[in-house]
Amino acid sequence: MSFFLTYVLVATALFAFTAVFTLFALYSERKISAFIQDRLGPMEVGKYGSLQAFADILKMLQKEFIIPTAADKILFILAPTVIFVSVYLGFAALPWAPGLIPASLNLGIFYIFAILSVETLGILMAGWGSNNKYALLGSMRSVAQMVSYEIPAGIAIISVVMISQSLNLQEISIKQGILSPDTMKFLGLWDVKSIGGFLSWNIFQAPHLIIAYLIYFIASLAECNRAPFDIPEAESELVAGFHIEYSGLRFAFVFLAEYSMMFLVGMIGVVMFLGGWNSPLPNIGSVKLATLTTGLGWGIFWVLMKTLTVVAVQIWIRWTLPRLRVDQLMSLCWKVLTPLAFLCMLISGIWQLTVMQN
Amino acid sequence: MLFKVINAFKTVIKGLSLTLRHFFAAKESRTIRPINDPEYFSQNTGTTTIQYPHAKLPVPDVGRYQLDVEMDDCIVCDLCAKICPVDCIEIESIKATEAIGKTSDGTTKRLYAAKFDIDMAKCMYCGLCTVVCPTECIVMTDTYDRSMTDLNQMIYKFSDMSPEEAEEKKVALDKLNAERLAAKQAAAQQSLPKQL
Repeated sequence: MSFFLTYVLVATALFAFTAVFTLFALYSERKISAFIQDRLGPMEVGKYGSLQAFADILKMLQKEFIIPTAADKILFILAPTVIFVSVYLGFAALPWAPGLIPASLNLGIFYIFAILSVETLGILMAGWGSNNKYALLGSMRSVAQMVSYEIPAGIAIISVVMISQSLNLQEISIKQGILSPDTMKFLGLWDVKSIGGFLSWNIFQAPHLIIAYLIYFIASLAECNRAPFDIPEAESELVAGFHIEYSGLRFAFVFLAEYSMMFLVGMIGVVMFLGGWNSPLPNIGSVKLATLTTGLGWGIFWVLMKTLTVVAVQIWIRWTLPRLRVDQLMSLCWKVLTPLAFLCMLISGIWQLTVMQN
Repeated sequence: MLFKVINAFKTVIKGLSLTLRHFFAAKESRTIRPINDPEYFSQNTGTTTIQYPHAKLPVPDVGRYQLDVEMDDCIVCDLCAKICPVDCIEIESIKATEAIGKTSDGTTKRLYAAKFDIDMAKCMYCGLCTVVCPTECIVMTDTYDRSMTDLNQMIYKFSDMSPEEAEEKKVALDKLNAERLAAKQAAAQQSLPKQL
């Protein structure tokens, strides 16, 4: 019985985390965008507008559910749930600290990628169910984009898996720090097993993974429909894209999914490439910084810090770069990212066979 | 292709560094200065937002915003109402039985303004009325932020006469007119038989 209780508790905690993170990200996005554009952003609700996100969500909770007359009601009502649940389920396999993972799956990363693909279905349901030309166009673009960008992202991930020799995210994390049972070599030359820190992160263990991380990062922006790949929601062309007909709590769910997705893809990148919950501080001689800063609390701290930094970079990019055209988007994916990702995979194989096996 | 990719990265980094500079410059905000300040254009960093109801951009004393009428100087000539492109000025005049007084520039006032309404919701702030006014009694002021909860409150009433007073003046005028008419008719009747 307590078995199920733990499950429910973990699920509730994760949901609470996504909700709190969304509120926080909403506020920080508005503030960062304001500062970039020499504005002040929200200032009226609470000190420096800090309660603005709560006011927004309170407003959204009070709004009416509007279902267009010509909409496909079942798809329309189901879509936000499908979109959010698919992102939310992805959180199940993410490691937070040594020994702290909601579900330690052997197929962790594979499971996350599989479950994230369901989001595409939800977006298509929303677009089709709304019976609105903008929504349909937005969802079609979104599906085309997400399906294409899963390929470079997936291959970049595979090149990490080839280095780590595991699909389990917890194991991948362990292999990037001082808790690793195997030897780790910084740039394949210098044994850093007892030193740890950022030197043992995957991108420094095998330097071609820096390119793989860039590919993954760009692809992940496209997968969460963020600028510069936000053509599914292109405000200037499609009003709001696939979620144009949604109101109230349903819209809030679409929003929640979008921001949770930002965190999720950021955290996958952190776990796969940037050491996950491992401390960035190395052991220097007798100063055991890495040993000191590895543990349950530290693990959560590091993974949160790293992921929030990645999310901040995503926001920063959104407010800097203009939107790509559909054809530019596709040519970037198929002509640049996919070949580069394949190259990374090839190097990973060679690296694994020549450098790491010795 | 490779050149294009490298170029894309270069331009992306350029853009990102630009926005990052602005992000960190947002630590401080620009001080609010009037437009005639010599330093006005020399502030290039920091946030520009003026948190409006709490802080305001200084406006010159001779600002050209909402209209104001000095009724003591008005001779109710109706020129402002005639020139107004949006017809926001509505004037109703009553002829006085005798000269009422003089304006500050020495023009004799011969008309009462029973009604002098300016609909600020219609006003387009062109300032033509202030140009044509012979006594310069209608002027633009530096007030610009009067918001109302009711649209009727946007109609500013400048007439200093109460309806009773206006009625009284009207009766007096009618009486005078009737007297004059009677006098004229009497005069006509006196002169008629002579001709016949």
